[in-house]
Amino acid sequence: MSSELEYLSHRVAAGRLTRRDFLGRAAALGVAATVANSMLANAVMAAEPVKGGTLKAGLQGGESTNVLDPALNLSQVNFNFGKCWGELLVELKPDGSLEQRIAESIESAPDAKTWTMKIRKDIEFHNGKTVTPDDVVATIERHSDKKSKSAALGILQGIDTMKVNGDEVVVTLKDANADFPYLMADYHLVIQPNGGKDDPNAGISAGPYKVTANEPGVRYGGEKFKNYWQGDKLGHAAQVEIVVINDATARTAALQSGQVQMINRVEPKIVDLVKRIAGVTIRNVAGKGFYPFNMFCDTAPFDSNDLRMALKLAMDRDELLEKILRGYGSVGNDFPINESYPLFTALEQRKFDPEKAAEYYKKSGHSGSILLRTSDVAFPGAVDAAALYQQSCAKAGIKIEIKREPGDGYWSQVWNKKPFSESYWGGRATQDQMYSTAYVSSADWNDTRWKRPEFDKMVIAARGELDQEKRKKMYADMGMMMRDEGGLIVPFFNQYIDATGKNVEGWVNNPSQEMCNGYALALCWVAA
Amino acid sequence: MGASLVKLVGKRIGLSIILLLAVSVLIFVGTQILPGDVAQSILGQSATPEAVANLRAQLGLNDPAYVRYFRWLFGLLTGDLGNALSSGLPIGPAISERLANTLFLAFWAAAVSVPLAILLGLIAVRHRNGFVDKLISASTLAAVSLPEFFIGYLLIYFVAVKLGWFTSVSTVYDGMPFLSRMSAIALPATTLTLVVLAQMMRMTRAAILNVMQSAYVETAELKGLSRSEIIWRHAFPNAVAPIINVVMLNLAYLVVGVVVIEVIFVYPGMGQYLVDHVAKRDVPVVQDCGLIFAAVYIGLNMLADIFSILSNPRLRHPK
Repeated sequence: MSSELEYLSHRVAAGRLTRRDFLGRAAALGVAATVANSMLANAVMAAEPVKGGTLKAGLQGGESTNVLDPALNLSQVNFNFGKCWGELLVELKPDGSLEQRIAESIESAPDAKTWTMKIRKDIEFHNGKTVTPDDVVATIERHSDKKSKSAALGILQGIDTMKVNGDEVVVTLKDANADFPYLMADYHLVIQPNGGKDDPNAGISAGPYKVTANEPGVRYGGEKFKNYWQGDKLGHAAQVEIVVINDATARTAALQSGQVQMINRVEPKIVDLVKRIAGVTIRNVAGKGFYPFNMFCDTAPFDSNDLRMALKLAMDRDELLEKILRGYGSVGNDFPINESYPLFTALEQRKFDPEKAAEYYKKSGHSGSILLRTSDVAFPGAVDAAALYQQSCAKAGIKIEIKREPGDGYWSQVWNKKPFSESYWGGRATQDQMYSTAYVSSADWNDTRWKRPEFDKMVIAARGELDQEKRKKMYADMGMMMRDEGGLIVPFFNQYIDATGKNVEGWVNNPSQEMCNGYALALCWVAA
Repeated sequence: MGASLVKLVGKRIGLSIILLLAVSVLIFVGTQILPGDVAQSILGQSATPEAVANLRAQLGLNDPAYVRYFRWLFGLLTGDLGNALSSGLPIGPAISERLANTLFLAFWAAAVSVPLAILLGLIAVRHRNGFVDKLISASTLAAVSLPEFFIGYLLIYFVAVKLGWFTSVSTVYDGMPFLSRMSAIALPATTLTLVVLAQMMRMTRAAILNVMQSAYVETAELKGLSRSEIIWRHAFPNAVAPIINVVMLNLAYLVVGVVVIEVIFVYPGMGQYLVDHVAKRDVPVVQDCGLIFAAVYIGLNMLADIFSILSNPRLRHPK
């Protein structure tokens, strides 16, 4: 069989080429349709996961200061490794809906305040103990403790009481929240024996792999957990390994020479080069992360909505997307939500309009230059983006002065402290989480000082609404309000760009996070 | 004479220890005057004042600075390096593994580069101003002129990616077989060799050429000895002192200055460990790493001094 045909048939099996296209390409290579069809059948059969072996990932985002405690997981490497050994109550599916894991079901009373989670029986921890509702309660207790350093503390603050009732956990919230099940999909909430209260760093949960190596900042290893409750559904390789490779060039070289089978964070500027490497596949997926320009709505001159509107209209989003992200993203529309979120409604796209921007600018009565703060750490290409923005603003007669701040201290001294600066947001599981984290009056991270009591009320009302159609409408209204009055300028949403090596199959793009939402090592295998 | 030699060496060692103590004071003071409070940085921004006070007491931060200094020093001497702030785990085991890796890489880089540099230096002198001399000088100088990360990337591209001879990911771990360990460090060790080769080679060449001007070398020539014999038996032993000094400086670099190489080749050494903890303001780890680096540096310089004294009788009788 010619290697090109073989390659093509694998592409069909991997869902990256349609059957019709395949037959067309095969005919062009001089292969009769019947032969081509049978080849296809073989390839699809071969697409059954290959079991065993070692699968390796080279990932950016690990330091020697990292620990296994899921509560403290902040870096990419810990996130990915956590998905190998940890098990959650529920998990986000690629379409944004929820998959039941340790929780067999999560049901709400009509008021969306009392939630009942039914815990699956006979799920086993790596230490041989059975997962019980008490372990679930203990886990949530540990993360929601006021003294906890858990990164999930913020989203768990709405919990009032918890109790175990047979094989169920009943949670009562302070206020209604229709998104409660989504909160449980937070990747920090790995269910541990006794909630990890005894030893949070033990690395014991009920995920597909048992921890065999834990060398912070260097490498992590796992072996397939024989009694994994989902059996063979996840975790095809016998061993998985993560090598921490923070240098982008070294990461690409490791993939190219076959020392790892997958890498994360391929920089947009080298994607086209990486694509040309034989056997390498770029895996890019639109995510929820975005790179905002934040204006403080309560600080002059940004307290004038005319000025804010002028600055929004003076941004050439298409140019920024093309030059900064090389097209690997989608243009923003000045509110923090995109189509990767459930219940998203597309709003009219804001376009670059220097004339209208000049009109609004004149109406605002502002004169003189406007100071924009930026830094390399704000997002990849942030300084260049500021320079391009300066030029498009000049076309509207608005003078932007750029101040380049040092990376060290940018997040403590500039972001959320100075009135006009660049930043990034990773996105959240639901619209409610995104809005409550950064756009309600009381939020610590309200980095645009968007303080509107009527908006706060809309957030709370939408949170408690169980009727999804009504809810969708509410979110559309909120998005429109932010788009036209908020302090947020969104040039673009970014993509997660990962890459896999030769014959790696089983990849499933997931907009929630990079590397198939962290499950790449458990989902993939190397075809023979 | 033996007694005076012991006295001289003893004096060197004593001086080094005093220097090391002075450095430890500097490191301690330096990290104390950094802005911010340790307890505050452990607990984060949302810490309550009571929690901070409790932790301060628990960590003994309310004691005067000199008490804390001696506690730290005494801990170090008894092998207790304290706990890292970022993870709460003991520093000792983590740092010793990293240090072992760093020394392993430095040892093999030195084992290749030092004999090679001296040999090349000797050959260059033997063929002074000839083609071989110029070739050796030009190639080693070219290697040292390239930035180390660039040499690293070149080796990765050609040797690891194109030829596939060695791995570009030099991760080593406990229980790794010796041969795979050696194969893993092949590329970083080669890079380091290329970086340090030129200086040692040039110094060997210059030092020997210097000696070659002496009257006794002329005598040896008149006696009818061959050029190689003169260089090896008469010139080299007398040129050893400056060569040792340069070798020791380069050895120190191999231990304390290779963080860029570690990042490129993903090698788990001390440099990356230190940088990660500096970024997290993890003061105890930074202090310990700083002192270890200082000890390596001072120790190697002390060895250089002692070897120089041993190799050169004149230095045994300072005026």
